[in-house]
Amino acid sequence: MPVDLSQFHQTFFEESFEGLGVMESGLLALIPGNADPESINTLFRVAHSIKGGSSMFGFTAITEFTHVMETLLEKLRSDECTVTQGIVDCLLQAVDFLQNMLSGVKDGSGHDADRGGRLREQLEEILENGNRGRVTASSVPKKTEAADAGHAARGWHIKFRPYRHLLTTGNDPLPMLRELSLLGDLDVSIDVSRLPRYQDLDPEACFLGWDLMLHGAIPRTQVAEIFEWVESDCDLEITPIDGNTSQANAGLSGEVVPIQPEDPAPHASRFSAPATGPAPSAVEAYSVVERRKNPSAGDASSIRVNIEKIDALINIVGELVITQSMLSQIGEDLAASKIDKLRDGLIQLARNTRELQESVLGIRMLPISFSFNRFPRLVRDMSQQLCKKIDLTVSGEQTEIDKTVLEKLSDPLVHLVRNSLDHGIELPEVRKACGKDETGRVHLHAYHQGGTIVIEVADDGAGLNKAKILQAAREQGVIGEHEALAEDRIHELIFQPGFSTADTITDISGRGVGMDVVRRNIKDLGGSIEIESEEGLGSTFTIRLPLTLAILDGQLVRIGRHIYSIPLVSIVESLQVAPKCVSRITGKGEIYKLRADYLPIIRLYEVFNVVPDSERIESGILVVVEDDGQRAGIYIDELLAQQQVVIKSLETNYTRVPGISGATILGDGTVALILDVPGVVEL
Amino acid sequence: MNLGQQLNETTQPMPTAAGQYLTFILAGTEYGVDILRVQEIKGWDTATEIPNTPEYIRGIINLRGTIVPIVDLRRRFHMDAVAYGNTAVVVVLKVKRAGGERTMGFVVDAVSDVYNVTVDQIKAAPDFGTSVSTEFVKGLTTVGDKMVILLEIDQLVDTGVATAEKALPIKADLKRRGDT
Repeated sequence: MPVDLSQFHQTFFEESFEGLGVMESGLLALIPGNADPESINTLFRVAHSIKGGSSMFGFTAITEFTHVMETLLEKLRSDECTVTQGIVDCLLQAVDFLQNMLSGVKDGSGHDADRGGRLREQLEEILENGNRGRVTASSVPKKTEAADAGHAARGWHIKFRPYRHLLTTGNDPLPMLRELSLLGDLDVSIDVSRLPRYQDLDPEACFLGWDLMLHGAIPRTQVAEIFEWVESDCDLEITPIDGNTSQANAGLSGEVVPIQPEDPAPHASRFSAPATGPAPSAVEAYSVVERRKNPSAGDASSIRVNIEKIDALINIVGELVITQSMLSQIGEDLAASKIDKLRDGLIQLARNTRELQESVLGIRMLPISFSFNRFPRLVRDMSQQLCKKIDLTVSGEQTEIDKTVLEKLSDPLVHLVRNSLDHGIELPEVRKACGKDETGRVHLHAYHQGGTIVIEVADDGAGLNKAKILQAAREQGVIGEHEALAEDRIHELIFQPGFSTADTITDISGRGVGMDVVRRNIKDLGGSIEIESEEGLGSTFTIRLPLTLAILDGQLVRIGRHIYSIPLVSIVESLQVAPKCVSRITGKGEIYKLRADYLPIIRLYEVFNVVPDSERIESGILVVVEDDGQRAGIYIDELLAQQQVVIKSLETNYTRVPGISGATILGDGTVALILDVPGVVEL
Repeated sequence: MNLGQQLNETTQPMPTAAGQYLTFILAGTEYGVDILRVQEIKGWDTATEIPNTPEYIRGIINLRGTIVPIVDLRRRFHMDAVAYGNTAVVVVLKVKRAGGERTMGFVVDAVSDVYNVTVDQIKAAPDFGTSVSTEFVKGLTTVGDKMVILLEIDQLVDTGVATAEKALPIKADLKRRGDT
């Protein structure tokens, strides 16, 4: 069909990935031997829609693979076969592979055909063993395939008898025939036997039928694809051309024009790809096309929004419009008597704006379950691998978090859970010896607290071994030989780059990001991570993150005629400088003595090379900021208002500027720069 | 293939592109840019300065919610800075770069006119050796008795931003100065 389906690919991929997620969690919930029929139904539906979608878009390999899965699920559904652990494992692997195939098709990198073949064999084996009486059913696709391969070199005989209502479905046989003729030499003979008498002729119905001979080495799938849309509206027979059928067809109907004898060789040679099997060649062809089409097309990400959120948004916009018209009415003939009304209107406008802002931000919010959902699988796989018994519980998974934050949070979370499983939870024997339940528990919990979201990863395992950490830290020279540390400082040590207490690097925790990377990632998101750990009882990692990255609370400050915004989260306090507390170290860097602490003073006007009101330190303000446990005093001229600022990127149209994390637009329309506190401290 | 051609055009500023050019005045000389790249022209107001950037970056402005950097073409061309009068405008252009398209504003003395220029009217810029850099000159053309310098804006900003990135070591100098 000459319809460009590629515009729907993105949606198909998104839906399929989502579906695979559903399948995965469904499979994990299946209890071998006693499966819930409804969850099998769900699995079946997902497999079916992926199959349908992929066949519509011509991703043959995926269609065929899902077909096998679907057959197996169908058997489970109809109780011909019972759910065993083996089947669940195999299906999980199949889900993984499907994911792999889908992303392969999506970015044009292809997939591992060997692995697919093996998995398919496994699935088919289950199918055959599961019910020996039905071997034929599962081997049917194989047979047709063999037929495909054997006869593709000669061509296809297509018997196409549309039903009378075909035209009303919006399908037209003519373009289809034209498409077919593009594939190879096409002999068309028309079957007019169903044509009624003239007075009975309904001009909107289709009475014609066609017998088509398509010559050439054409994969069956390509032919079938053309009839994809009309399959249910016609009688369609696609049979390979061989001597017998063509003769039989010639005699079938008196009105069919005899088919000319045909030598397949020249046509076969036009197609350089040998017809080894339809699936791989189709996929190859597809991925080549894709790669050529968008060499650098960005991954346009989209977001699914709950319709309720949209409705709420529309409501608010409606109110905003009402407020606006009210205000403009007041504005038209403004009299002193209307000042009160004006004030009311402005208050309403402020409320509408705030609501609108919250709702728009809400669109970007996704429940954290998107991230939590992958953990049951991870825990299942890992506990098998580690021979541990682990129970994962999740709560607060409906807590909403900004999509960007969510995406960047996934890796650190996975690392923390892996850590808990590998280092935290002990082996069953050890647990028993300690008097604990054999099954370890890992708990994921998310909740809102003020403007932040808190995520906890808790386990009831061994906890952090303080002695071991201290010893390792001394050996690695992170701390001095006899330095004593408070408990929380010891725990902090595991965030040091390159720090490890692991005796052996296992497959699980030896790779991927380290704890220092976890902390850095979370820092980059403007969050923090804390550890609470009791030796022998378990540890809890608490991550605190801002709800959104798009808006932050800022303190506006002024230096000379420049206004900057400092993120409120990094400000500890602001104070007027007492000159006697300022001293210089080796005559250079200025140090301020704040109670028991010494802070370096950063004169922002020097760093930014601008002219301040005054260089005398006592006439300005020192803003004490903290980053990563390090404090510094930033010297500025004046504190202005605190206000929420919408962060705009400088990099979109310009480039990264050291010491500046972005820009924001102030109430009067001018631009203020947002200070990148860690960056400024480093400068 | 199309892409390849485009790349060639930007890397070799040959007098290939005919079409309409918007011209503006800078220190008495008329310069032209491809009109299809012009997004809008707006009056020059102030811009928020960005610390530690090359001198010719005047700062950033708020263009209906988008942050747009402003390049001072006089400073970019190492001309004497003047106080801009009320004819001064910002020409907002779409600049193509490897990473995609950027919107940037250019302050100029005044806008002038729009000319149709055909291929054979465009002359290559004379080679000055190393004394005058001509890498962002697409070519020269004559309108009436005036000479108009056609600019290759992608080149102009590519080198501009490259210098901005190179200018980062400034901060090290500053730090040293701040310490002393």
